[in-house]
Amino acid sequence: MFLQEPTPDTSGYMIAGYAIAFIVMALYVFSMYLRTRNLHQDMAMLEEMDKQAAPAKISEAKPKPGKTPKPVTKRVG
Amino acid sequence: MQPKPVLLKIIDGLAVILLGVATYFALVKAPTEQVMGQVQRVFYFHIGTAWTALLGFLFAAVLSLVFLFTRDLKWDRFQVAAIEVSLVFFFITIVLGSIWARPAWNTWWTWDPRLTTAAITELIYIAYFMLRQGIDDPDRRARFGAVYALIGGISAPITFSAIRLFRTIHPVVIAGGNPEAQGGFSMTPSMLNAMFVALIAFTVIFIDLYWNRIRLGNLEDKVEQLKLKVML
Repeated sequence: MFLQEPTPDTSGYMIAGYAIAFIVMALYVFSMYLRTRNLHQDMAMLEEMDKQAAPAKISEAKPKPGKTPKPVTKRVG
Repeated sequence: MQPKPVLLKIIDGLAVILLGVATYFALVKAPTEQVMGQVQRVFYFHIGTAWTALLGFLFAAVLSLVFLFTRDLKWDRFQVAAIEVSLVFFFITIVLGSIWARPAWNTWWTWDPRLTTAAITELIYIAYFMLRQGIDDPDRRARFGAVYALIGGISAPITFSAIRLFRTIHPVVIAGGNPEAQGGFSMTPSMLNAMFVALIAFTVIFIDLYWNRIRLGNLEDKVEQLKLKVML
């Protein structure tokens, strides 16, 4: 009993270990939150661009009034 | 993006509660180990994160196989999510192991078979994300990623069994003793309880983060498709 070595004080290492584990997990959750938020912003912007581009695409597809192309006739024979 | 499912909200809450319970068991309920002192308490989180991370890498290898057979990009997103969460957990495992090793082995790091295989596994999966970053075509990226994750998956069982196959100073706490081990300890019933609580807690936390990461992957995919639509 008298020869038994006292338990060393390693509580500093324990605190460091738990602190790092919690910080890494918190950082990962925060990074997921940030990525999700940025993707939502990108999506809103792209949807807006898509809405603006849609009428332009329709007008490009429709021929302008008064400038209808003449029908091409081929002389046969 | 679809609203968060009720089940996922429940798992979110459960994960936070279980993390608190696991911390309580590890820091309060479990007794102080006589030889190493308080630092032994990092073992509970060390083993909890290692268990889930190695299973996650194996799960990703299975998902790679499913992708290669089906060629459905959904499986690629599932695989990326599994690897990313596992990588974070395995990083915590390595750091906690290193912190424990300082007072137990008198060094932060040594090129022991277990530590070396663990470091290689972590580096393999860091390189996996570097590989994916370098490929623009989504189909090609998914195909290369799947083959890489399938081969990389071999490192998980090698890391797990390194302490049983090779001469190592890493303690074998579960199922078997290692005569070469330094810093090993026998588990009391309350230590075992704390360990099992940590295992359950980290499994639930992994599932929660994994599901959230899949949702993020789905959102990334939608934004990518919208980008293509706007550009064309």
